Amino acid sequence: MPADRTTPNDTTVPDAPDDTAATDPGGPAADGAELIRFDKVTKRFGAHTVLDALDMTVHSGKHVTLIGPSGSGKTTILRLMMTLLKPDEGTIMFNGDYLTHEEKGGRLVPAGERHSRAVRRNIGMVFQQFNLFPNMKVLRNITEAPVHVLGLAKDAAEERARELLDLVGLTDHLDKYPGQLSGGQQQRVAIARALAMRPKVLLLDEVTSALDPELVAGVLDVLRDIARSTDITLLCVTHEMNFARDISDCVMMFDAGRVIEFGPPEQIFTAPEHERTREFLSAVL
Amino acid sequence: MSDISWGLWQLLLKGVWITVQLTVYSAALGAVTAFVIGLARTHRRWLVRFLSGAYFEIFRGTSALILMFWMFFVLPVGFGWQLAPMWAAVLTLGLTYGAYGSEVVRGAVAAVAPAQREAGIALGFSPAQQLWKIVLPQAWPEMVPPCTNLLIELLKGTALVSILGVGDIAFGASLVRNATTQSAPVYTVILVMYFVLAFVLTRGMRAVERQAKAGIGRPPAKRASLFRRAGGGRPATAVPGAGAGATGRGEPR
Amino acid sequence: MTFDWSAVGDFLPAFFRGVLVTLQALALGSLIAFALGLVWALAQRSARKAVRWPVTVLTEFVRNTPLLVQLFFLYYVMPEWGVTLSALATGVIGLGLHYSTYTAEVYRAGIDGVPAGQWEAATALSLPRGRTWTAVILPQAIRRVVPALGNYVISMLKDSPMLFAIGVLEMLGEARQFSSQTFQTVEPYTVVGVAFLVIAYPASLLLRALERRLAR
Repeated sequence: MPADRTTPNDTTVPDAPDDTAATDPGGPAADGAELIRFDKVTKRFGAHTVLDALDMTVHSGKHVTLIGPSGSGKTTILRLMMTLLKPDEGTIMFNGDYLTHEEKGGRLVPAGERHSRAVRRNIGMVFQQFNLFPNMKVLRNITEAPVHVLGLAKDAAEERARELLDLVGLTDHLDKYPGQLSGGQQQRVAIARALAMRPKVLLLDEVTSALDPELVAGVLDVLRDIARSTDITLLCVTHEMNFARDISDCVMMFDAGRVIEFGPPEQIFTAPEHERTREFLSAVL
Repeated sequence: MSDISWGLWQLLLKGVWITVQLTVYSAALGAVTAFVIGLARTHRRWLVRFLSGAYFEIFRGTSALILMFWMFFVLPVGFGWQLAPMWAAVLTLGLTYGAYGSEVVRGAVAAVAPAQREAGIALGFSPAQQLWKIVLPQAWPEMVPPCTNLLIELLKGTALVSILGVGDIAFGASLVRNATTQSAPVYTVILVMYFVLAFVLTRGMRAVERQAKAGIGRPPAKRASLFRRAGGGRPATAVPGAGAGATGRGEPR
Repeated sequence: MTFDWSAVGDFLPAFFRGVLVTLQALALGSLIAFALGLVWALAQRSARKAVRWPVTVLTEFVRNTPLLVQLFFLYYVMPEWGVTLSALATGVIGLGLHYSTYTAEVYRAGIDGVPAGQWEAATALSLPRGRTWTAVILPQAIRRVVPALGNYVISMLKDSPMLFAIGVLEMLGEARQFSSQTFQTVEPYTVVGVAFLVIAYPASLLLRALERRLAR
C-alpha cells in the first residue's frame, strides 16, 4: 500500500486532483469515470468546523462507506451532496458539473435553485428517519417524483414502482399508508422511492439507526442485493461495520472533519494504520 | 383630516379614556372570575367542578354582544335591575373573558408537576398553603402569555359598548363621522388608536412576563415580532390544547 | 319575571330568517378566512422582504383592532372609494378579513409543524417547489390544523351579531327589530342567546372529539 494513504490530511490524502489515479478511494483500477469530487470543502456550524478543507473523489459504480465517531462530519458530506447544506468554502462537482456553483459570465458563483435541482436530479438519498410522505400511500410515495419530476406517465411509473417494491419485498403493501408499516418496511419503501428516480448515486444516511434491532437485517439485505445487482454508486454512512465490510469497495475513516485513513475494507478493518482508526474500531466492533 | 376640529379630537380622546376604563374594570372582574372558576374546576368535589364547568361552557358558548344586550335590555324588564350601560358592559366582558381566563388558570395549575404538591404534603402544608405557596407561584408565569392574548381580545371587545351608546372610542368615531361626513380619516385614526392601545398593553404584559419568569429563575421566551404571541391566540385557541394539533414536532437532528 | 311564550312563537319566523342570514355570513366569512389566511401565511414565508413586511404589518394591524370598527370602516369608507356593496357582503368581507389574520397564524403553526425531514425528502426527490407545497407540505399542515380552524369558525359565529351594527338582519338584528316593533324584549333576546348556546356547544364538543382523533 502506498504510504501516502495514511499521511495527514493536509497533504494529498485522500485525493489530489493532479494524481487522481494513485490515491483515488475507488482505487487505481477504478472502472468508472470520476462521479463526485469534493475540492477543499469546508463547512462550519458557528464556531465548530465540521469539514476542514476536505478533498475527496468517488468514481462511478463504487461503494464507499464513511465511518468515524459521531460529529466527525460524515452526515454533513451527504447533506452537502444533497444540497441540503451549502459549503462555506470549496466546490463540489458531480457528474462533470458543479453542484454547489454555476458558471455565469465566466465566473463561478454559488448555484441557484434551478441549477442545483438540475444537477441533483441524479442523486438519491435515503434518510435515517425514512421521511416517507405520511399523506400518500406507499405506491404514490414511489411514483410521485417520477411522474412530477421526470414526467413519466402514471402507468409507467406504477409499473416501475411495482418492480421496485418487488425488489424490496413489499409487493403486498403498496396500498397502505406509511403509518401502517413497521420502521423496517418504511425504510425499504424509502429505498424503493429513491431508486425510482434512477439516480447515479444513492446516499445512505445511517439508514438503520432508527430501526429496532430485529428489523435491521431485512433492510441491509435489500441494500446488499442492490449493491450486488446494480451498477449504482453508493455513498454510505453507517455504524454497521459488518455491512460496511460486505458491500464496500472503499472505507473512509473520518475524524474531526478530516479523512484520516481510507482503503479497501479488509485493510481498514484488519490492519488499520492510524491510531484513531484502531481506537474507533475497537470501540464499535 | 384637517376637518376634524379640536372639539372633535377632544371627543375622541375622551373616548380613549372611557375605553381604557372599560378595559381596566373588565380585566379586574375577569381576573377574579378566571381565578375563582379556574381553581374551582380543579376542586376535589365533583359538584364544584360541575358547576364551574357549566359556567365555563355557558359563557364560552354565548356571544358577548348578545349577552350585553341581554344584560342591558332583558335584566331591567325581566328582573327589574336597571344597569348603567357602562356596567352592563363591564359585567358582560368581565364574566365572558373571565370564563376564557378560567381555562388558562386551570391549564396552568394542572401543568404544575404533581410531585410539587406531594412535596408540599410531605412538608405538612395545608391545601390552601400548597396552592398559594407552591402551585400558583409556579403556574403564574405560564398564565401570563395567554392572558396577554385575552387582554387584547378584551380591549377589542370593549368596542361593542358603542352599540349601547357608551361614549368610548368607537362611539366617538360615529359622532365625528356624522359631524365631518368624512369616514376614511376618522376610522383610520380610530383603528390606529386601538392599535396603539394594544401595543402598549402587549409591551406592559411582556414586562410582567419577564418579571414572573425571573421570579422562578427562568429566562423570558424569545419572540420574533413585536406582537407575535404564543399560540396566535384568540379565546378559541387560547384554550390550552385547542391548538395542540398544530404544535411543532421537529425532527431530531 | 314574565316570559311570554306566545311572543316566542311570534318571533320564530323572523328568528329563522335571522338564523339563515347568520349561517350565510358564517359560511362565506369562513371561506374567505380560510383562503385569505393561507395567502397571508404563505406570503409571510416569502423570501422577499417586500412581500413579508406589508403582509405582517397588515395582519398585525387587523388582528389587534376591533372587528366592529373594521366593519364600520368598510361600510362607510368603501362607498367613498366607489365600491358599494350590500350590508351583508360588507359584513362577510369584514368577518373573513378579520379572521384571516387568525387563521394565518394557525396555518403558520401547522406548516412549521411539518417535520424538516419532509422538506428534505422533497428536495432529495427533486420535487418542484409548487408540487412540494401542494402534495407534501400543505396536506399534512392542514390536516393537523383542522380543529384550530374549527374553533375560529365558532369564534366567528359568536362575533357575527356585530354585523347587525351595519344593518344586517341576522339573528340579533331580527331580535332588535322584533322588540322595537312589539315592545317585547325578554323573549327575542333570550331566544337568540339560547340559540347561540345550542349551536356553539355541540360544535365545540364535536371539535374536541375531532382533535382527540387527529392527535392519535
